Amino acid sequence: MSVDLSVDIGSLHLRNPLIAASGCFGYGVEYADVVDLSTLGGVAVKGLFLDEREGHPPARIVETPSGMLNAIGLQGIGVRRFVDEKLPQLRAHGAVVIVNICGSTIDEYAEVARILDDADGVGAIEVNISCPNIKEGGMMFGCSIQGTYDVVAAVRRVTQRPVVPKLTPNVTDVASFAVAARDAGADAVSLVNTFLAMAIDVETRRPKLSNVLGGLSGPAIRPIAVRMVHECRQAVNLPIIGMGGIMTASDALEFIIAGASAVQVGTANFVDPFVWNKLLTGLTDYLQRHALAKISDLVGTLDISGKDHDV
Amino acid sequence: MPLDVAAAVVSNTHLSNDYNVLALAAPTVGSDARPGQFVMVKAAEGNDPLLRRPFSVFEVLRDDAHRITGFSLLNKRVGVTTRMLFALQPGDRIQCLGPLGRPFSVTEPPERAWMVAGGVGLAPFATLSTVLRERQIETTLFYGGRTADDLFHLDEFRERGVHLELATDDGSRGDHGNVTIPLARALGNVDPGVPIRLYACGPTAMMRAVSALAATYGRATEVSLEQVMGCGLGGCYSCVVPIRRDGGPTRLVRSCLDGPVFDGGTVVWEALV
Repeated sequence: MSVDLSVDIGSLHLRNPLIAASGCFGYGVEYADVVDLSTLGGVAVKGLFLDEREGHPPARIVETPSGMLNAIGLQGIGVRRFVDEKLPQLRAHGAVVIVNICGSTIDEYAEVARILDDADGVGAIEVNISCPNIKEGGMMFGCSIQGTYDVVAAVRRVTQRPVVPKLTPNVTDVASFAVAARDAGADAVSLVNTFLAMAIDVETRRPKLSNVLGGLSGPAIRPIAVRMVHECRQAVNLPIIGMGGIMTASDALEFIIAGASAVQVGTANFVDPFVWNKLLTGLTDYLQRHALAKISDLVGTLDISGKDHDV
Repeated sequence: MPLDVAAAVVSNTHLSNDYNVLALAAPTVGSDARPGQFVMVKAAEGNDPLLRRPFSVFEVLRDDAHRITGFSLLNKRVGVTTRMLFALQPGDRIQCLGPLGRPFSVTEPPERAWMVAGGVGLAPFATLSTVLRERQIETTLFYGGRTADDLFHLDEFRERGVHLELATDDGSRGDHGNVTIPLARALGNVDPGVPIRLYACGPTAMMRAVSALAATYGRATEVSLEQVMGCGLGGCYSCVVPIRRDGGPTRLVRSCLDGPVFDGGTVVWEALV
């Protein structure tokens, strides 16, 4: 039985629900030798500001139990160079491109979005209001309901493309941020970005990362991320792109059943750049085993009947 | 294009309490690897350890008919993955993604090659010396370790026609002190008109010293930098090193794609962590 893996995120049609997560896949073109980019649901490229950024000095990553901390600091080539140099290559590879955008100010977010709105081959704009590793912008907006609303509204005003704010888990009630994003005109939300975290070298009593703090990703965070997708699904009727430590098809299915229409895969791609075919095969096998024709029919089908949910 | 192979351990030769050589069955990686390239190794299934670790390709392995059968890794037991690699048994399999990275540039005669290695930094020079020998390039290995017991594969390098200059921290073999001692002597003794290309791999402080020393004699050094890597393919931007080219600004470039081999004169050593 052939199955339909395609999903829709607002007006954006994806051939399958697997998206390479921003910050974990370079600008996509780095992986073109290893992965046929046209076989992915989408490619979320590394976060872009208006201008180039150097990022933080090393050490930028450290491994932790079932996970990793990163504090890259959004090193990047700036949106104009991306549009000139990378976007044509991504188009040629047949990738569905989701451009992750950043800003130190609301005006910068809007300006980056406006430039992308004019560019050819941008499938959606993912608004990064959740990077834990930079002083200005990033999580500063994503940890405030008003900040979230204002950034999303500003981006919404300048583009017709699907707008997908990427939410931070470093808040008490992530669902209220999904509500703010919807109210500001978002087409979908993606979650979660990394968890603010820290690792210390006890011999030197120094932080292991140059930035002192970093973002935790990988399988260690997955259960929390699944819970947050579940909460957002309960709170808003908006497509959700779920992520956080997905290593296997089963992991991806947890997010989809919890309410994610699509998922992003990040850390797993570092471990195994050939993970995509394994995930696709696993999703297909699952649908066949459960006699489901379309993966979109599985979204949000979590059954909690008979189970108490006190908190 | 890099491959990810589940390479079977053919043999695990313990050289000391800390060092071992893992021979791996992986003909495609062995055939494709060029001197200075690396593989990303996942020593065990599962999530701990989660990420792969980069290792230089040590030797390219061949059977009796001279067909390439795989490659080996020179491993030093220092962390989680390296402890696992030290303990592997023949028949065990490890995932190896590669070969990756920019290799050494192999010089042409009449230029001579001077390879400078510290500790496990010996790893890229087995394949390099093999290729240099094929080109009939006069090659010297300057090799430093903690003690005489930490200097490995000396006979193998001699068999490749490599002249050896050794140094140990405790003076038990060769010069007493850093490998830069015999290197400085040789740089001072050699006719300035003799073209020489230097290659260095080892602790960062050693590569910095070698690069600076060579520069005072007007010699260029290719260094193989060892940075923490998340993916090896350019996706994560964790392995960046500060590079300044042609008097331009210092830029943080990915050592997995632009390196791991760099012109030592372009590395901004004081900013390299």
